[in-house]
Amino acid sequence: MKYVVSLLLGLVIGAALFVAGLLFNPFIANRGLSPLSVTDAEVITLNFANVPAESIAYTNDGESLHDPYPEKVLQLWEAPIRSTSAMATVMRDARNQVAGIGVKFSSDSESTRLLKGQAIVDSVWYVYLPEHGSLFIQQTENYFPFVREVAFPAWRSSANSWRGSWLGDLTAGPGALGTAAVTGGSGRVKGLRMEGVESMSVSAFSADIGLVSSEGRLMIEMPENLEEINE
Amino acid sequence: MPDLAGELIRGETVLLKTFFLGIVLGLAAAAGALYAIPVVDQVREASIVKVTPNGGNSETFHINVPMDRIVLGDAGQAGAVPPGLKWPTDEVLANVRAELFKIRNARDAVVGVAVRAAATSQENSVIDWVLHLPARGSLFVNMDVAPLEGGFRIGEIASGSREFAPLSGFMTERWIQNDSNEEDAPAGRIELSATYVGQLDPLETAETVE
Repeated sequence: MKYVVSLLLGLVIGAALFVAGLLFNPFIANRGLSPLSVTDAEVITLNFANVPAESIAYTNDGESLHDPYPEKVLQLWEAPIRSTSAMATVMRDARNQVAGIGVKFSSDSESTRLLKGQAIVDSVWYVYLPEHGSLFIQQTENYFPFVREVAFPAWRSSANSWRGSWLGDLTAGPGALGTAAVTGGSGRVKGLRMEGVESMSVSAFSADIGLVSSEGRLMIEMPENLEEINE
Repeated sequence: MPDLAGELIRGETVLLKTFFLGIVLGLAAAAGALYAIPVVDQVREASIVKVTPNGGNSETFHINVPMDRIVLGDAGQAGAVPPGLKWPTDEVLANVRAELFKIRNARDAVVGVAVRAAATSQENSVIDWVLHLPARGSLFVNMDVAPLEGGFRIGEIASGSREFAPLSGFMTERWIQNDSNEEDAPAGRIELSATYVGQLDPLETAETVE
């Protein structure tokens, strides 16, 4: 009997060691500097509220970490959309002025590979900016660094929460440099193919209710010869 | 006389070995489970795609109104959906209207979500659709603002992701009023009909010569 207990104890500790190794694996590093932060081209910077209760509307299956907002919004409970969330939010420019409206659809991705440090979400943005036109942004996001550095410490803490300062790029593709593919649909950006990066800053997170204080940012790199294109 | 001390040490050694074997097995089991069991497994509804006579494929989606409407935001409208929605009242967004819907396939099963955005201005009026089908990908369609005869609007597929990335084509939108007197019947439905055309691959040089 004591050998069975010893084996089971070993199994549990082995599995826990594996999870710890995965979370603290030094070979799974953040990508660091975004390629758009060193570009010479014109960049559109859009800030938005990432906390559902600060957005215009947010919905999911109703059983996930974040509660839908407003309370009576239709929930995405049907099986094909159960792992999807939808958010409508105000987009603000770098001067914090309202620049337009943004809608984001995010779905858990089947390309998630936790062994490789990839917690992937397939997401698309539709952004309408009266000054520039409409934009479609498609990207794969990797939430593994966020889980490792914010969500897991919050879950481990006795208060089930995390406070601090976390800033990271979420976009991991489909661009070769880890950038999102951006397509202009109308206005000044009609027909343009661009690149973008979404990042998130978090200062408070709760393992019970999700993001408490957080802001998102979209950076879109315009083509260098935009004036010539528009002429 | 029995060697009790020796037996005790032997017993502890076996216990320790079992414990370490457990750790190795635990590590292997966790790694194996993560490798073999998919973390995410999206539910798929079979696509109902028809081949069109002049090439390409077509697929129809629809939205039952008002049941499938998730959000209706419009600065100038009182009946916002859901109740309690605070649509921004900034001047910049005065002529912008956005609606979020669940979308259904031809079998009336929900397969995705969509946004329809409409903006009017003197220089540039816009009607855009983004359809997001979690198991397949997304479509971005920029519609012609002026409706065609029969109440249709047509627009070009401007971009797509994953399954839709290599496709081009167009999509039509049409409002179909429900004339039945059934109690729980929708007021009508928005029908979206997408026609996809695959990317043309250039012929190999040898084939061109032949």
